[in-house]
Amino acid sequence: MSLRAKTKNSLIAYGFLTPWLIGFFGLVLGPMIASLYLSFTHYNLLNAPQWIGLENYKNMFFDDDNFWDSVHVTAKFVVLSVPTQLLSALLVALLLKKGLKGIGIYRTIYYLPSLLGGSVAIAILWRNMFDSNGLVNSFLSLFGIEGKAWISHPDYALYTLVILSIWQFGASMIIFLAGLKQIPENLYEAAEIDGANKFQSFIHITMPMLSPVIFFNLVMEVIKSLQAFTSAYIISGGTGGPINSTLFYTLYLYQNGFSFFNMGYAAAMAWVLVLVLAIITGILFITSRYWVYYEDGGGK
Amino acid sequence: MIVKRRVQKAFVYLFVSLIGILMLYPVLWLLSSSLKPEALIFSQQGLWPKEFTLENYAKGWYVIKDLSFGTFFKNSLFLSSINVIANLISCSMVAYAFARLQFPLKKLWFVCMLGTLMLPVHVTLVPQYAIFHYLDWIDTFLPLTVPKFFATDAFFIFLMVQFIRGIPRDLDESAIMDGCGIFRIYLRIILPLATPVLITTAIFSFIWTWDDFFSQMLYLNTTSNYTVTLGLKLFLDSQGQSAWGPMFAMSILSILPITIIFFLFQKYIVEGIATTGIKG
Repeated sequence: MSLRAKTKNSLIAYGFLTPWLIGFFGLVLGPMIASLYLSFTHYNLLNAPQWIGLENYKNMFFDDDNFWDSVHVTAKFVVLSVPTQLLSALLVALLLKKGLKGIGIYRTIYYLPSLLGGSVAIAILWRNMFDSNGLVNSFLSLFGIEGKAWISHPDYALYTLVILSIWQFGASMIIFLAGLKQIPENLYEAAEIDGANKFQSFIHITMPMLSPVIFFNLVMEVIKSLQAFTSAYIISGGTGGPINSTLFYTLYLYQNGFSFFNMGYAAAMAWVLVLVLAIITGILFITSRYWVYYEDGGGK
Repeated sequence: MIVKRRVQKAFVYLFVSLIGILMLYPVLWLLSSSLKPEALIFSQQGLWPKEFTLENYAKGWYVIKDLSFGTFFKNSLFLSSINVIANLISCSMVAYAFARLQFPLKKLWFVCMLGTLMLPVHVTLVPQYAIFHYLDWIDTFLPLTVPKFFATDAFFIFLMVQFIRGIPRDLDESAIMDGCGIFRIYLRIILPLATPVLITTAIFSFIWTWDDFFSQMLYLNTTSNYTVTLGLKLFLDSQGQSAWGPMFAMSILSILPITIIFFLFQKYIVEGIATTGIKG
């Protein structure tokens, strides 16, 4: 290709890329840098940002109990909901894989909560279900158990959100199902000939072959759960209560930025979130060398 | 042996069915309660209403004075449709460039695009809000739609790049022989062949915009601009726990469109999740 034709083609290519380039610089990279700057300032949108150095970060780490509450709540939520959700997804995927008739119907039923779960409507439903006279307690009363006002009790409110998250295992399950389908049947046949039982095939074939998919699901779910917002907002009426028990990190960030107009502080919280996400993802990637098996060899 | 297998299988069926019922029960209960008279919602157990009524729907529809859910549905539908179109156009253009065209700095831009995939929205939130504030766009639909025209949903770009890479290059080459330019190839070959991934993108764009709560709450203030999700929030703001019935009724209506879409396009949704999951 002549140089001129090449240049012309590059120009056309950049034409196609233009929307993204504008979006990337104007709406992502630019704002990212701006928010890093704002995190060192006092800013309330109406007045010009005032440089205060590390003040926001100092306040956050040493003086703000609410911040630490939100960290604890979010960490607890991630630790409780992600493994349980993935385990349920894996278990059901393994059952469905057995070639049940009507697998499509089950898949639909299991996926529906994932589709609807993030909506305000379902959060409202949850708020009612776990209310003192809600669905859960009338179910428990059938067994003579007296339930609590789960939503308004600081010891239990977070668990209702964990349950809501586990309820949405369907999307992970579909990914697991697809992964299970990719495992060649002849591996199992060979193992059977060698005298392996079901459990051994599971440990030595299914788990390693599925480990990249497990890893993917794990990373995605951790990232998603760390940023959970809507359900906590609706269930606590935007407060993160009772007594901060559902004060998710992003909810507290939102309150700082848009209720208290402490936007510099909100920007600082956002950057801490990015760093934490990066560190957690990094750690997951490093540990993955030891437990994730990639078939094409050479590790990753 | 065969009997044992059968019993085992029956147990599996029973187990997965039980979980299925357990999972659907809350949603079915929501539907059933929305059709019950207010007094029966908590007093009558069981899914089948003793007495059917549409009163909750009538009451809920006119949640506040002078405004109905009709307006909210119109707004949600408008936002979702615009975002579907915007994502289809912008993301497919960018994906075509990444998947098929040669240009300087391609690798760098591609890595940048991948980098934004996992970026939490919060890190751009404050400056973006400030930008929209200075443009005087707060309380309009612009902050919720305009960014989509600039391919800010990197996930869809990624999805399309993967798909377009799978389209045989022979087709492009024979088109070039026939004198097709880069743009014609995009329009006449790549886009038609990429229909499945375009449908997946359209579905998820619609659902995500429809369900979005965070940014809609952030940018829309006037009730006449409210979307369905914000309309539901009105119930929580205005009255305490008194009016569950109308709130349930509108909750059901709010999830109806995405449920219908799901049943119509199930194949694309399930495949979309399955394939991106593995290639991610």
